[in-house]
Order: sequence, then C-alpha cells, then structure tokens
Amino acid sequence: MSKPVRDPYTGRMTTGHEWNGIIELNTPVPKLVLLFLALTFLSSVIIWLLAPAWPGLNSYTKGILGIDQRTTLEHSLEKSAIKTAQWRTDIETLSFEDISRNSALLATVRDHGERLFEDNCAMCHGPDGKGGDGYPNLVDDQWLWGGDPETIMETLRVGVNSGHDEARISQMMAYGRDGILTLEQRRAVAAFVISLSSSDHTTPEDAETLSLGAEVFEQQCVSCHGPDGRGMQSVGAPNLTDDFWIYGGDITSIDNTLRDGRQGVMPNWDERLSLADRKVLTLYIDDLAQGASQ
Amino acid sequence: MISQLTKTERETALFLTALLTLSGLTLGLLGRNDLLGYHGALLAVAGMSLTFLLIKDYYKPEPDPDNRAKYYDDPIKVGLVLALVWAVIGMIVGDWVAWLLVFPEATFDAGWASFGRLRPVHTSGVIFGFGGNALIATSFHVMQRTSRARLADNISPWVVVVGFNLFCLMAATGYLMGITASKEYAEPEWYADIFLTIIWVVYLVLYLRTLARREEPHIYVANWYYLSFVIVVAMLHILNNLAIPISLGHAKSYSLFSGVQDAMIQWWYGHNAVAFFLTTGFLGMMYYYLPKRAGRPIFSYRLSIISFWGIVFLYMWAGSHHLHYTALPHWVQTLGMTFSIMLLVPSWASAGNALLTLNGAWGKVRDDATLRFMMVAAVFYGLSTFEGSFMAIRPVNSLSHYTDWTVGHVHSGALGWVAMITFGSIYTLTPWIWRKERMYSNKLIELHFWLALVGTMIYVFAMWNSGIIQGLMWRAYNTDGTLAYSFIDSVAAMKPYYVARAIGGLMFLAGAIVCAYNVWKTAKLPTVTEYTPDKPPLPARGRPSAAAQAAE
Repeated sequence: MSKPVRDPYTGRMTTGHEWNGIIELNTPVPKLVLLFLALTFLSSVIIWLLAPAWPGLNSYTKGILGIDQRTTLEHSLEKSAIKTAQWRTDIETLSFEDISRNSALLATVRDHGERLFEDNCAMCHGPDGKGGDGYPNLVDDQWLWGGDPETIMETLRVGVNSGHDEARISQMMAYGRDGILTLEQRRAVAAFVISLSSSDHTTPEDAETLSLGAEVFEQQCVSCHGPDGRGMQSVGAPNLTDDFWIYGGDITSIDNTLRDGRQGVMPNWDERLSLADRKVLTLYIDDLAQGASQ
Repeated sequence: MISQLTKTERETALFLTALLTLSGLTLGLLGRNDLLGYHGALLAVAGMSLTFLLIKDYYKPEPDPDNRAKYYDDPIKVGLVLALVWAVIGMIVGDWVAWLLVFPEATFDAGWASFGRLRPVHTSGVIFGFGGNALIATSFHVMQRTSRARLADNISPWVVVVGFNLFCLMAATGYLMGITASKEYAEPEWYADIFLTIIWVVYLVLYLRTLARREEPHIYVANWYYLSFVIVVAMLHILNNLAIPISLGHAKSYSLFSGVQDAMIQWWYGHNAVAFFLTTGFLGMMYYYLPKRAGRPIFSYRLSIISFWGIVFLYMWAGSHHLHYTALPHWVQTLGMTFSIMLLVPSWASAGNALLTLNGAWGKVRDDATLRFMMVAAVFYGLSTFEGSFMAIRPVNSLSHYTDWTVGHVHSGALGWVAMITFGSIYTLTPWIWRKERMYSNKLIELHFWLALVGTMIYVFAMWNSGIIQGLMWRAYNTDGTLAYSFIDSVAAMKPYYVARAIGGLMFLAGAIVCAYNVWKTAKLPTVTEYTPDKPPLPARGRPSAAAQAAE
C-alpha cells in the first residue's frame, strides 16, 4: 500500500491504494448526490404511505389513499360504460332497419364496426373482409349460412364447428381418406364440379369422365350441395356453381378437399363480444357486402 | 495453447474432455428419440474434438517454468475472439429479425426462420455470447492485473471459456430446433441450465482463488462489480430455472412455479439479468479500462463504493416493475416502482464517477476514439438508467408497456452502454494481451465509433417514436367511448420506424464487423518484446511464487 498523494490536476488527495497503476481520489460524495438520494428516498416513503406497499404476515399496508388496481380498473370501466351506454342501449333495442335509418347510430356502427372487425375478424377474413385461402369472402353476395342480418348475427353468436352447444355444424367428408371414393371417381367428380362453375359448362375432360362425375355427384354430393350444386345454407354447404372458392377451385385443390374433407372453424363470439358489439359487427358486415354488390 | 500446460495439467484436461464426451454420449443415448439427442451429440463431438487436440499435442515439451511467473493471457485471447464471433452472429440475426418485422412474410415457411425462434438466437447471442464472453475475458484480465497475480490455475479458465461457449451453442441451436423453456432470457432447457451451473461455479471459485493471491490488501472496485455479476447471476439462474423435465430423455421441462409466482420469479430474474449481467459486470469493465486508458485516477473512491452497494441492494427489488397492471398484487408493484426510483441516484453516481474521472483527459477523449467509446457508454448508461426509472413509474408504464419504447430503452442500454463499453475495452485490451504497440488501424476505430453512435441514435429514436405512437394509438378513444384505432392500424403505423430501426441496426452490425477485422489484423502485427503496459505479477509472500510452484 502506497501513501496518499495529491493529484496535481484536481488538487485532491488519493486514497493511497494502487492496483496495476490505477489510483483513486478520495473525493467526498458530492452534496448533490446526497441531496438527490434523500429526495428519491423521501418520495418513495411518501408513495409507501399513500399506496399499498409493504407486506406483513397476513396482509399489507393499504396506504392512506385506499387505492387498489382492481377497484381503479372497475371504476374506469364504469366510467367508460357511461360514455357508451346511450348508443349501446339504442343498438340493442332498435331493429336493424331502425338503426340503418338513424344516421348518428350508423356513424358509430361504421366507425366502431371497423375497429371490431379489424380487431376480431380481420386475422382470418382479411382487413377488407375479402377472405383468403381457407376463409370465406364476406364482401360478395354468396353466403354459407345466409346473409340477412339475423342469420349473420346468429352465426356470430354460435360460430361454426366452434364447440358451442348450439354451434352451426358443417362437415365436408374425407371421401378419399375414408375410402368412400376411388381416385378415379374423385377426379371425375372434381372435373364435373369445375364444369358447373365454368361459364360454358365445359372442361378439358371428356364426356365419359363428366358423366361418371355427374353420377358420383348424384350419389354423394346432392344431399348437401343440392341437385343443381347451388349449395344449401341450412348445412353451410357452399354454392359450387359460382366462381368463389374457399379452398381453391383448381382440380388439385378440389381433389384435396375431396380426399381429406374440410371442417372450417369460426369461433363463437357470444362470450367475447357483447350483444351490442355483435349487432354492430353484423351491420358492419352487411354494409361491407352491400357496398361490394352495388 | 496446449503447449502452455504441464504434463499433469494435460492429463487433467484429458480427463475432463473424456468426461464431457461421456456426458454427451449419455445425454444423446437418453434423448435419442427427442431433440435432446442432438445436443447430446453436440457435447460428445465437442468432447471428442478437444480430446483429439489434446492428444495431438500431448508429447510436446512442457512449458518454460519462467512463463508461470507471468500473467496467463491465452484464455483471454480466446474469450475475446469468441466474443467478437458471437457479436457478429448475434447482430446479424438481430438485424435479420428487424427486417422480418418489415417483411413478415420472409420466413420461407420454415419453422426455424420464424420470428419466435430467431429472436432468442439474437438475444442470447448478443447478451450471453458477446456480452458473456467479453465479461469472462476481461474479468480474467482485470482479476490478474489488479491482484498482481496469475490466474489461480491453468485448467479452470479453459473450463469456463469452453463450457460457457458450449452452453451458448446449445442455446442458439436449440432455439432453431424449437427447444425453449419459454422464459425470456432464460430459454435454454434443464440440461443446458445444469451444465451452465457447473461452469459458473468453476468461474466463481477461480475468481475467488485468484483474488486470494493478491498482495494489495484492498480489493479494487472493478472486482467487486465483476464478483457481484458472477454471484448474483448464479443465484438468479438457479432459482428461475428450477424445473422438472418430463423425463431424462426429453428436452422439455416444466417450471416449478406457476401463474403469478412464475411471472414474478421470471421478472425478478429478467430484471436482475439486466442489473447483474448487463450492468454490474460492465461497470467492472468500465472501472478498469476507462481510468487505464484515460490515465487518470478514479474521481471518487467513496462514490464508487456507495454506488456499488446502492445498485446491488436496490436492483434486487425492482423486477416487479415489469408486471405493472397485471395479476401481481398492487403492493408488489408499488415496491418495484419505488425501488426503481431510488435506484436512479446510484446509477447516475456511477455514470458521473466515470465522466468526472475523464476530467484532465478530455483532450484524449477528443482524439482517441477508444476512450470516446467509453465516454459515450457512460453517457448512455446515465440516459438509459434515467429512462428505466422513469418507465418504472406506474402511470408512465401504462403508456410504455408492451410498446416498442421498451425495445428502444433496452437497446439504448445494450448498444449505447453495454456494447460501447465493451468495444472501448476490447480496443484497449487487444494490443496489451497480443503484445502489440497499438491497434492495427485507428481510422477503423474512428469509423466503428461513428457507425456505432449513429446506428444507436437511429435505432433508439425510431423506437421512441414508434413506441410512443403505439401507446397513444392504443389508448385513443372517440367521443362516443369507442376505440379510435384497431390494433392492426397501430401495426401499419410502425412500418417506417421498423425500416429505420433495421437500418440503424445494420450500421451497428457493420461497426462490429469492422471491429472484428481490426482485432484480427492487430493480432497479426509484429509482436513487441519489450513493451508491457503492466506491472508484473508479484511473488507472493508466505507461499511459493507461481514460478517456484511450476518448477516443482
């Protein structure tokens, strides 16, 4: 240990310690540091007195203000409920037609509906509602379960294949995997299905394949998709004669559908969105579809 | 390197590599039906390669006993090179995930390329790979120089360096395969955790044994900081990783804690990892290399002591500020918030102590980019600790939490403070341990400095903007009480900032590559025989000197 010396630049004494050339000045702790240390400790003590802070054996200090995050949250939820109460009641009680005629309510529907749609529906149906691979387009006049407001709202409430007690159930069987149809039959019926939707009802396939396809269609498909292939909204079976395909309309995609079946899921929203919110969403979706068809 | 080991040491090393091979084989056999098998194989291959290296040089002549009187710098060189390798890997992956946020579809439909798997490769790569190796390497240097004593033995430093890097390798490869304990910054699974625990105990024992050889009765403050890093990280690591594997043949394990207790333990760990991995360890670095480079005495011994105890005591309580407005009881949140506020003063005192140490050396700061790295690091340390205490205040946190502001804050600390103090230390240390007159190119250091500074500024400003915009968008309401923006609106609003962030990160990465190149070229410079910046190790009183021991 060497002796303390005076540092010529600062005029301070060193501590007299030395480690491989490093020395330290014995500068006292600056008053400013002590002041701020005292201030931060003091403000902490004040916060401890005001808010819940220190634990004991069975409880904790509750603080003079008597605040707790749970009651604070409840309070702020109540406050926000008051703000939305008027339009919520109106939406809940008025009929779809009455809401559509009320321009102030309609503004809320369009604004709030867009938020609801983007926060809850857009991840599957897309921010523009046009769907995507595996998810139906909502911006057209084709509906799996029906497109009138009451039906849309019911679909929102119970979902599709959602596990809800009253869920809409829809299942396309796995004709290939379960050995109901042979590869040849599947190819034929797929070709037939394509011929239904092509404008001139022709495909590159020969007439023999198409007649086999028609035969298979008659036996296996009409019970859900209907004799003319226009689908059936009571079982959520899609229209096969239009040009919209949830899972793709080329021969390979249709064959995949035939082979492994389809069982699309839409969650039920009755537990996550209020009645008013579901009604707003219904009107918003209705609005989207109508905007597109005009 | 192996020629520096005596016959007995080579035999000990062979025993250890055989043990590693055997453990790897056992793990591989137990986990042959699981991803665990790959990590068993990894350890076995590493063990066999090291065994081969040892056998190859086994009959080489024993080292000159005189060398045993000198400092042992070989493990430092290896640790330093590995730190730079991990820096480049970790930052490449970091910038990759930054671009992935700009182009989220760029995952090639591959599991390993998803954000969730790549991000921990980045965080572990830079924190543990880059930061950890830099801490280990510099601590080996600082403990020897400030104790004026050689490392306590010649095997355990290698156990620490090699073992720690095997842990990092298991971590990074595991994430890509989908192995994760799902705890942020503690993602490696149980077997890797046990492995690291063993390595860490060896590290602690080595540190204490080397300190015990010192002649100066006082322990220099840098060692206090490094030791707090080693001890507390051990404690955090063990407690947060307590888990039960589903079987010895599976990588997957389940945490011993559940629900809010699990969250509290995790963020007690997470925040103290910031405190004791990313702060106290690097303060140890700063307290040695900054005064050495500046050639000035530490501004205040007293300030460094109260800062040390302030940081060590107060940080321990602050973790709960990560869980504001959650299921965590309100009183725990209040304590986390208030201790974070009190923590500000010791943090600023450390930054102030560093900056005031530069009094009398500001001319050097102007001319020497290496010292400027360390000066800027101290400034960023002050800025990010202020920001951290500020964000820990509950109402502020209600705006900042879950936003990019957190990401910006972390990087202001990680790039501005941790990486910059490390680069400054690396530029100081490299010529010393490779016995060169100077670094290969001062111009490249200058280039690196500006790339790092501008890159950090772009990054941090981009994230401040995006974070505050996110926070404000999430809480914006219309007059009828409905939300003004959907979540996806806030995502779309982030795009320009994400581009800026990725560019800032790219600059920082470019700087790290320049640094690696510069260090590589420096190691190739002609060695200076007469040159030494150090006082030699002292022959110890009351026990045989290191030289005498080796000659026995």
